[in-house]
Amino acid sequence: MKFTVDMKKCQDHGQCVYSAPTLFALDDLGKLTFREETDGLYESEEVDESLRDDLEEAADVCPMQAIEVLD
Amino acid sequence: MEETTSTSAAGNGIVVVGASMGGMRAAEAARKAGYQGPITVIGDEPHMPYNRPPLSKEALAGRPDPAALIFRVPRAAQDVNWRLGTTVTAADLTARTVTLDTGEVLPWEGLVVATGLRPRRLPLPGPAAGRYVIRTLADAQELHEQLEPGRRLVVIGAGFIGCELAATARKLGVSVDVVAPEPVPMQRPLGDLLGQALQQRHEAAGVRFHLGVLPVAFGGSAEDPDAVGSVSLSDGTVLPADLVVEAVGCATNVEWLEGNGLDLSDGVRCDNHLRVEGRPEVVACGDVAKFPNLLFDDIPRRVEHWTMVTDTAKRAGSTLGRHLAGNGEAEDVFAPVPSFWSDQYDIRIQSFGAVGLGTEDIRVLEGSPDTDVVVGYHRDGELVGVVMVGFGGKHAQYRTLISTVGQGAVPVRPTAPEPV
Ligand SMILES: Cc1cc2nc3c(=O)[nH]c(=O)nc-3n(C[C@H](O)[C@H](O)[C@H](O)COP(=O)(O)OP(=O)(O)OC[C@H]3O[C@@H](n4cnc5c(N)ncnc54)[C@H](O)[C@@H]3O)c2cc1C
Ligand code: SF4
Repeated sequence: MKFTVDMKKCQDHGQCVYSAPTLFALDDLGKLTFREETDGLYESEEVDESLRDDLEEAADVCPMQAIEVLD
Repeated sequence: MEETTSTSAAGNGIVVVGASMGGMRAAEAARKAGYQGPITVIGDEPHMPYNRPPLSKEALAGRPDPAALIFRVPRAAQDVNWRLGTTVTAADLTARTVTLDTGEVLPWEGLVVATGLRPRRLPLPGPAAGRYVIRTLADAQELHEQLEPGRRLVVIGAGFIGCELAATARKLGVSVDVVAPEPVPMQRPLGDLLGQALQQRHEAAGVRFHLGVLPVAFGGSAEDPDAVGSVSLSDGTVLPADLVVEAVGCATNVEWLEGNGLDLSDGVRCDNHLRVEGRPEVVACGDVAKFPNLLFDDIPRRVEHWTMVTDTAKRAGSTLGRHLAGNGEAEDVFAPVPSFWSDQYDIRIQSFGAVGLGTEDIRVLEGSPDTDVVVGYHRDGELVGVVMVGFGGKHAQYRTLISTVGQGAVPVRPTAPEPV
């Protein structure tokens, strides 16, 4: 399982961080850290199955619906 | 999928009324809680569930595009049966049925109330054409067509939606007047301090406020007397208008539940498991649900926050799914951290907690209202809510602070986390 974040949609709400703190983080300016890597489509490394609930929750609560879970 | 017409209650499935975010997430949660019977979600809008907040913000600035707003259907809800464009006109909680506008009667063994709100309309004299509201995708599409540069918009209501709309319309070059009875915009949700600060930013963008006055009548336009051309205010002012948006709050969609002896005066009253007045087979979620959030106290309240819809829907769907699957009830306490945001111009307003419970005692915690600021709202001296303008890097810190409200002061909260 992997996930993507569409950084064009993401507006740094940080809701994902509260749901899946091991997968998402905000920097000191409150920007999602993936922003340093891309302003297009961020694609994650393989995520452990044990984090599925957290990840799905993060995707659900993202106000911009920027996160997609890839099976 | 099984037939939904058997006569015994078991096997009749779950019926979810309201095909929006709350309904979809509740269906998903019931499945995840182990419920295996059929689930039908019934909604009166023609669309699959979609995201509403952009409708007064970025989606309204461009042409609102359903494809960009519709949610992905979660994996656990793939086998849900959707009945869109269908209104539920009545429910019988004893016979366990709902009646549709098609005349059909559907039996159920579990019911989810997820019918949300609809905008209130002003009962004022004058023409009806040219008056808009904003709740649905269809509303936003209609309104977008009207927001052309140079046109004159009168927004009635200075809450979040009215103010977001004013900001979006200014960006599009529309002339904007905002009319509201309160002396300060967003006064009820934010209090005077931040309301005034935000008013100044709106005024700097060219919005004209008419506060402490009420609209009393709409006038017809010179070209078409059946379309709005002006708004008359209680102080005698007459504002010219090419269009009017009424953003004066909402009413709960509960009429279909009448006749069941429920208290429907302000949504549906739920317990901490989101069961409607103690019924294990009827739950509610989202904007329509009035429930006690044990983070603060045990008084049931409705919350109109996007993130709370998912919190309550998961709780409600899981309560119902567990009950019907014979898995008992959850043992944990439901005490979600309320979170709300609003975007106006390039300003992100973010709140955590129950700001409304602390508007009597407002203190600046950091920064200054003229620029970026963190404002704290206190009840009996205790911080119960924060609102941040800017300070993005500190959201997590303040959210954590709010998640520890109570700390033993609220007896119903069983485990007080460590202070931060
Ligand atoms: C323009 C706008 C901007 C917003 N901005 C923000 C924001 O910035 N931040 C934030 O936190 N929140 C915001 N919100 C609030 C947020 O969108 C709501 O809290 C959320 O949409 C509520 O979801 P719900 O599923 O409870 O209800 P709803 O989304 O209202 O869904 C209820 C559904 O049930 C349907 N229905 C009603 N009665 C029946 C019936 N009898 N039969 C069949 N179907 C029925 C309705 O048509 C609707 O589709 C905004 C809301 C709007 C309208
Ligand atoms: S919740 Fe969504 S918008 Fe917010 S930071 Fe995460 S991905 Fe971005």
